Amino acid sequence: MEQIKVLLANIDKPDSTSIDTYMAGGGYEDARKALTTMKPDEVTQLVKDSELRGRGGAGFPTGNKWSFVPKNAPKPTWLLCNADESEPGTFKDRLIIEKDPHLLIEGMIIAAFAIGSNPMSYIYIRGEFYYGATVLDKALDEARAKGFLGKNIFGSGFDFDITVHRGAGAYICGEETGLIESVEGHRGQPRVKPPFPAVIGVFGGPTVVQNVETLACVPLIVRNGAEWFKSFGTPKNTGPKLYCVSGNVKKPGVYEFPMGITIKELIYDHCGGITGDRKLKAVIPGGASAPMLTPDEIDIPLNFDALMKAGSMLGSAGIIVLDESVCIVDAVWRLAKFFAHESCGQCTPCREGTNWLESVLDRIERGEGRPQDADLLLDMSENIGGKSLCALGDAAIGPVISSVRKFRDEYLHHVEHKSCLPGTTRYRRLDMPVAAH
Amino acid sequence: MADLQPDNPYAPDRFPDPNKHVEFPEEAKKRFDWILTRYPTKEAALLPTLHLAQEVWGWISPEVVHYVGNLLDLSPATVFGVVSFYNMYNQKPVGKYHLQVCTNLSCMVTRAYDIYDHLCEKLSVHPGGTTKDGLYTVVEVECLGSCGTAPVVQVNNDYHESMDVVKMDALLEILK
Ligand SMILES: Cc1cc2nc3c(=O)[nH]c(=O)nc-3n(C[C@H](O)[C@H](O)[C@H](O)COP(=O)(O)O)c2cc1C
Ligand code: SF4
Ligand code: FES
Repeated sequence: MEQIKVLLANIDKPDSTSIDTYMAGGGYEDARKALTTMKPDEVTQLVKDSELRGRGGAGFPTGNKWSFVPKNAPKPTWLLCNADESEPGTFKDRLIIEKDPHLLIEGMIIAAFAIGSNPMSYIYIRGEFYYGATVLDKALDEARAKGFLGKNIFGSGFDFDITVHRGAGAYICGEETGLIESVEGHRGQPRVKPPFPAVIGVFGGPTVVQNVETLACVPLIVRNGAEWFKSFGTPKNTGPKLYCVSGNVKKPGVYEFPMGITIKELIYDHCGGITGDRKLKAVIPGGASAPMLTPDEIDIPLNFDALMKAGSMLGSAGIIVLDESVCIVDAVWRLAKFFAHESCGQCTPCREGTNWLESVLDRIERGEGRPQDADLLLDMSENIGGKSLCALGDAAIGPVISSVRKFRDEYLHHVEHKSCLPGTTRYRRLDMPVAAH
Repeated sequence: MADLQPDNPYAPDRFPDPNKHVEFPEEAKKRFDWILTRYPTKEAALLPTLHLAQEVWGWISPEVVHYVGNLLDLSPATVFGVVSFYNMYNQKPVGKYHLQVCTNLSCMVTRAYDIYDHLCEKLSVHPGGTTKDGLYTVVEVECLGSCGTAPVVQVNNDYHESMDVVKMDALLEILK
């Protein structure tokens, strides 16, 4: 499959962040077209027809989400852009934000028009993306100066503005109701659903939360039509897609392909293969939350449905490649440590369970594991999965369950021999103190 | 979570010092007024106001918690609840250079722990600790969303990508 430049069409242009560059390529014409020649429902229908699915993790059909927003809600409707991008292995939204901010802004204008968003909207950007926030602020000023944001945009009578809201270092604020809480000025602790955000979200109003990449697709769909969008990929898995490849590959980075390039093709034909020409050990296809795949499972398309069928998920399309030299227990420990750190602490199975997973993995890695520990990990995972309030609990067990099932021998080796499998590396030093959560 | 070390300004016996007057400088006040115009509720301005306070003072002291609470009609407990939930609000003073090493998986397998361990040893600090001269604080952080150029070290607001121990040493030479 050939690499494409659709979502990333602008990023190599000199001065790609300036509004003049963006407009020279036809920028903001799609927002004009939507606001002045289409009805909100027509825009929603167009996005439905394109079969665009959310790029933030869950893959929910975007047009459907927009159509759930009640028309005459007593409180204003809100559009929130999810630029939290904290899923380990994911770094695609940052590229759009830092290199083509106007594409995102134009997507937000069109999406806000379709759902009837209140005159204000927020881009929730993770606090660490300080530079990205400054790029967005500048781009928003430019758009305001041209009248693309503010009152009566394009003479359509539609008022809309955007504020950059910086997070402050919490993965859970990427979860949409955690994000909503965080915009309201609270701790980012997810809410019980229902009510779903489309009915009661931020400040009590109907709310649509949408990932950066999802919103960036919207102007392109308005410009080129739903059929064009569907020409990339396969039915229900449509569109150009950004894939983030990292870990032990020769050429890591963000790659754009029609949805559904296979993992194998991506790694070996485009990323130059594995570092040092070593053998592949495992691939995490959709960010840290996605169950791992073994080398004999990678000849499958990177789309929502194929990966679901393979027992994993496309998630945020953060593909982490691990070669044969990586100690799998150490790798899974690191992810478990992440989830334990990021659990918001609201529900017991997740708060306690993620910490237990981390400590059992740590003791196995230290050669203090017990013969029943592999099963203990599975047992604990079962008591976290499906028993916690938000999807972080389920995410935390993905790498644990899949690795125990697929690399049980390596776990047992640690227990029996009190050391890593020969030829594998532990990257951390066990004598260094580990900071408390 | 805050540790309850004696030097922790949030330890239970540490109350705000009533003699310590904190107030935003003029520039920050203007910025604060602008922030208020961007949200439908005062409470929603809390995160940006805390960011602003941290820009001004470098950390969120108990006095700042009270000050921000007064500005936004929130109790100190509410403000502190938010401060302690989020990683980026410093609950203790940090060094002039806040060295934040990502050790999450993509960075780990590209040898981020080498950089982290090296920094702790070379600067003789414990994780999260600050050097005696107040120049550097070293912490391990979670994925910075820059895994394609791993390993990554964030210094204050800036990302330094594709790092290794040699490059880190060279960077330390500049950061003085
Ligand atoms: C723990 C957790 C973390 C998440 N982090 C992010 C994130 O960083 N960025 C994102 O866009 N979506 C994230 N999501 C998914 C959001 O909840 C939500 O599904 C998404 O923003 C919807 O937008 P989309 O339909 O455009 O994908 C996360 C979900 C969970 C459960
Ligand atoms: S599952 Fe975990 S992160 Fe989600 S609400 Fe419960 S404790 Fe918080
Ligand atoms: S793992 Fe270090 S930046 Fe993502």
